[in-house]
Order: sequence, then C-alpha cells, then structure tokens
Amino acid sequence: MSLLEIKNLHANIHGNEILKGVDLTINAGEVHSIMGPNGSGKSTLAQVLARRETYTVTQGQVLLNGKDLLAMKPEEAACEGLFMAFQYPVEIPGISNAYFLRAALNAIRKYRGQEELDAMDFLPLLKEKMRLLEMDDRFLNRPVNEGFSGGEKKRNEIVQMAVLEPRMAILDETDSGLDIDALKIVAKGVNTMRGADRAILVVTHYQRLLDYIIPDYVHVLVDGRIVKSGGKELAFELEEKGYGWTEPASAAAR
Amino acid sequence: MSTTNTTIQDLTNQEYKWGFVTSVEEDTIPKGLNEDVVRLISAKKGEPEFMLDWRLKAYRYWDSLEKSHAEPKWANIKFGPIDYQNMVYYSAPKKKPNLKSLDEVDPEVLRTYEKLGIPLLEQQKLAGVAVDAVFDSVSVATTFKEKLAEVGVIFCSFSEAVLNHPELVKKYLGSVVPYTDNFFASLNSAVFSDGSFVYVPKGVRCPMELSTYFRINAAETGQFERTLIIADEGAYVSYLEGCTAPIRDENQLHAAVVELVALENATIKYSTVQNWYPGDKEGRGGIYNFVTKRGKCAGRNSKISWTQVETGSAITWKYPSCILVGDNSVGEFYSVALTNNYQQADTGTKMIHIGKNTTSTVVSKGISAGHGQNTYRGQVKIQKGATGGRNYTQCDSLLIGDKCGAHTFPYIEVQNSTARMEHEASTSKIGEDQIFYLRQRGLSAEEAVSMIINGFCRQVFRELPMEFAVEAQKLLSISLEGSVG
Repeated sequence: MSLLEIKNLHANIHGNEILKGVDLTINAGEVHSIMGPNGSGKSTLAQVLARRETYTVTQGQVLLNGKDLLAMKPEEAACEGLFMAFQYPVEIPGISNAYFLRAALNAIRKYRGQEELDAMDFLPLLKEKMRLLEMDDRFLNRPVNEGFSGGEKKRNEIVQMAVLEPRMAILDETDSGLDIDALKIVAKGVNTMRGADRAILVVTHYQRLLDYIIPDYVHVLVDGRIVKSGGKELAFELEEKGYGWTEPASAAAR
Repeated sequence: MSTTNTTIQDLTNQEYKWGFVTSVEEDTIPKGLNEDVVRLISAKKGEPEFMLDWRLKAYRYWDSLEKSHAEPKWANIKFGPIDYQNMVYYSAPKKKPNLKSLDEVDPEVLRTYEKLGIPLLEQQKLAGVAVDAVFDSVSVATTFKEKLAEVGVIFCSFSEAVLNHPELVKKYLGSVVPYTDNFFASLNSAVFSDGSFVYVPKGVRCPMELSTYFRINAAETGQFERTLIIADEGAYVSYLEGCTAPIRDENQLHAAVVELVALENATIKYSTVQNWYPGDKEGRGGIYNFVTKRGKCAGRNSKISWTQVETGSAITWKYPSCILVGDNSVGEFYSVALTNNYQQADTGTKMIHIGKNTTSTVVSKGISAGHGQNTYRGQVKIQKGATGGRNYTQCDSLLIGDKCGAHTFPYIEVQNSTARMEHEASTSKIGEDQIFYLRQRGLSAEEAVSMIINGFCRQVFRELPMEFAVEAQKLLSISLEGSVG
C-alpha cells in the first residue's frame, strides 16, 4: 500500500482555486520532490496535506497510509505520522524548545498508546538529534524559534522531524534563506532520516537543495497541476531551461 | 479558522468548578448598614474600645462619601448601582470554632475546604504551607500556629490579633491604607469581619509559606476581610491567598484591604490566585472584587513583591501598590489578568518612589477572551527626593477572538531628573499560525492555546511559589475553556 495517495485534489483559499486536480502517489522508502514557479500551488499543497484550515478542499481524495487524511484534524494527521517542516517556522514566546517538543512527542505517543517520556528520558534523545543538526545545547531552553536566525529555525525544524520520526515528512521550502553550510547540515539531517518505512516530500523552488537531498522522483507543479514527472535528472533540466519550458507542455496536456 | 474559534469557545465555556454551596447553619445579622451594625459586628467579636472607635470613624467617613455619591466611577468598568442597604455585613458558621483545635470546626466547613483542595486536617501533616481558612466573615481555622510561634512568627486571624496583639494592630492598622483612602477601603474599615494577621520578628526568615484561603458561602453577603502583614527588620515572609465562591445569579461584593509593612532589610512576597465566581456566560452574577492592596517599604533595602493571577470575578478593581519610602527599597508587581465572557478587569499598580535609589518593576499580562474587557492602569511616580529612582514597566495584552478588548492607561510622573524610566507595551492576537504550528506537531487545539498562553504568562508564573504556579496554569486553561479553537 502506498503511504500517500493524492487523487484529483482541488483546493481554494477565500474562493481562489489554487490546486486544480493534483494526482500523486508516494510509497514508503521514496523521496519525491515537487518543484514549480512561485504561485504554482506548492506551499498550498503542503499546507492542505498538513490540514491547515485556511484552505478549503473542494474535490478529490487523499489517503495517508490508507486512511482518509482530509477527514483528519491537523493534530490527528500529525499523530498518524505526517510532519511538515514549515517554510516560516513560528515563534512561541515563553515556551522552551525542549518543553514544547516533549509535549509534542508525548501527545503523539499517547495517541499511539505508547508510554509518555519523562524529562530524564527525553533530554538525551533531543540532545542527540540536536548534535546531528549541529545545534548547541543552549537551544534546549530558548523559547521556540524566538530570536533564532533563519538558518537556526530551519535546522530546528529538522531536529523536530528527527525527534518525532514521522512516516511521511513534507519539507516546505526548507532551503529558502539558508546559506550553503546550513543547507548541507539540513540535508545531512534529512538524509539520515531516509529509510524503508519513511517517505519524504521535498517542496522547493530551486534545484540547489536536490544536490544534497537526491530525490527518486521529481514532479513539476504549474498552475495547480502536476504537469511533468520524472527522475532526478528532471530537476537539472528545469534548472537549465527554467519553468517556462514546462508551460507549453501543460497547455498541450489540456 | 472555524475550528480554531470553536476550540476557543469550548475552552472559555468550561463550567466554574468551585460553585457549590455548603449547607451550614450561619449566624447572620439582618441586611443593611448603620452605626448599630458596626457596633454589633464589633461586639460579636468582643473587640476592645480602640477598634470600635476606629470602625465608627471609618463608617462616618464612608457614610459621608456614600451620601455625596462618591463611589469611584473613574475605572474602565460598567456596573449597575450597588444597594449598600440590601446586603448582609456579617455571616459566620454557627458552631463557634474553638481556634485551638480543628476538631471543633463544623465538619461541613472542613469538607468544603477539602472539596476545594485544601484539606485543613491533612494540611497539618504537609510540611511547607500554613493555612488560615476564612469562611464568609470569619476565620475558621489556622494551621501550624504552634510551629510558627516557636520562631516568634505570629500567624492568626485578624480577630485574634486584635485581642492578643492589640499593640501591633494599633501601631500598624491603617498605617498604609488609612480609612479615608477610598470609598471601598472606608467601607471595609467600618465593617471588616476577619482576615489574616502576620508578624515576622526581627531577623526571622519565616520557615514556611503562609496562606489564606477565602471562601464566600452565604448569599447576599458581602465579604470584607482585612489582612495586615508586618515584616520587622531583616525578616522574610512569603504569603499566598486564594479565593472562590458559589455560583449565584446576583452579584456579591467583596471589598478587601491588604496592608503590608516591610521594615529595614525586610522582604515580603505576596501572591494571589483570585478565582471568585466570574458570572455565567451571559454575564449574570459574579463577584464584584473591589480591593485595596498596598505595601509600604518603610525601611532601607526593604522589598515588597506582588504577584497576582486574576481569573475570577465579574469585575476586578485592584491596584496592589508599593510606597517606596526607604532608600534602596524595591517594589515589584507581576500580574496576569484574564477576562472571559463578560468579565471586566481594571487592574494594575502604583509605584511611588520617595526614597533614594528606589527601583520598581512592573510586568502585566492581560488576556481577553469572549466579550471580556481588560484594562491595565498603572502609575509610576518619582518624587523630588527620589534621586536615582528607576522603573521598568512591561505591559502586554493578548486578545483571543474579536469581541473582547484590551486597554492600557499608564501614568508616569517624574519630578527628579536623575530618574530612569522604561515602558514597553504590546498588544497581540493569539495567532492562528501559532495554533496551527503546535497542532501540526500533535497537540490538540486546547493544548496549543494553553501552551501559548502559559508562554505569554511565563514571566509572571515564575514568580509564584512552585505549587501555586502549577495551580495557576491549570486555572488559566480552565478559565479559558470554551474560548479557543
């Protein structure tokens, strides 16, 4: 059974249709990338999958591990193993990174009928993941994302992913605002998460990130539809020719 | 968004859990207020002459205010006229408690405190906190008295202090809040029935937290308690108060006075978790919480720190203040005030700098939900002689939903050019993006909102004693139930 199955997905925000029939199937063990020009609907797709309520789904079906994802609340989707690394991670003043992440992990464990972790068990786990992302221990007690640089926020997202161990991870423009060193660290963190039970969907505007997180499949999203799919070489082709190159194809496909 | 709002609704609509009524026979005097009522209250308590005289002076002063309609109207709150003659001024459980032993307390009253999570009998075995329990107009029990007496700390009901320590009461009563201070303080001075009294002698660090638990039970009764805390030179005391009341459709008046006196090198830490009945979802009923709290840093290097978590009451009107007389003295005010449904709060502080190098810190966190209206009102005054005076004020408001309001009225008056003043203020709405972020990580909408609000209040919560901090966090989520989504 595929891990994520999207069929004819249509979604709008305040009446503006953004997704106009997306079809995509992702199996466990695979890394997919969605590329596309600004405004093509990449982030909308990520947010709809994470169940953000500002978007309205008008048509289609999405199955997460065989279950109806569109019937889930955001926290249910999370507990069912869906994780999204945010393009703009949000600040939560007054709440320490460690406290927040333990609460999140325990909410998920509770949902799955697993025992909750106390601080003594949790801290070593968190520290290990932070080392992987080359984050200093002082980030443990700093309020979530508050005063973090752009790169620190993105690394913190991947730390969270590493702790929560999702089955389906979506990275929404994780490369934006990263310098090359931070990009390598983030990619290293993501690559250690690759595995037979897990799938990763990398949403990005640029091919740059895909030099370090090498996808199995690349899809091009234009105007709310996937207009082209291929292997990793498609990313290079796009980089060379630009997104304009795909548009006649999309017109022809209609 | 819609789910967000629903959760906010759910969170804020949680029922008030402390709203039960205890069936206990009470000695209640007839409604109304006049000189005879004042004499009657004093007689019931067997008070010495000086107390009655003071009460009568206060009553006459209040009566003149009442006749000239001088009930204060300047606060940013709305309420109908209060009929001071249609209220009972004294009500006490009939079985006269023998204050030496808890066995003598009416079992119904003990059970009430147990239900509220304050088991008075059990409490004796728990180290760390001594409790004075005030039920309607009287103190029904004070725990750990003997143990405290060993180090010279006096912790008793106000009535006992009047009888057993008249010299201390005479010296300090009204020394910080005179009976002419304001309308409600005058009323309290005339009719106050009980409260707590604390005296910590020179050089003594009070070995445990002291606390008073106030409970209104009787209907149509006002509660007028008075607390007086004196920390002598070099003394330290941390004091906590909690309050609850039954659910009733009519409004009940609670007009308390708290006076703190810190002498040279003394520190008083005063924490409040106020959870009077807030009224129902339509704004019916609830307590009018009109309270005067003030501390005097009388000696050099003295310190008074107020921490309050105000979640209850239909209306809260209170400004715990510090008069910084001693050189190098320190005043602090940390506040979380939450208004939900139709609750109104007009609260803040006054920091009056008189001595040299006096410093004050004000951190106020206002949370408004439902139709709640939350006002911060604060005064910082640096007098001419207060060379080197410093104040830092931070005043943040958080709005949940779009029907509530947050208001800020800071008054800053500086008469000495060496003063350093800082004022920071912010108003924000609880972010849909924050809630979504936390939900995407697996937390429910309620947990998300609760976490965001606890983060918002952290600076204040960390000032509370440990157990109270946990209690306060729980209380906030309960008080918000039905408001978040």
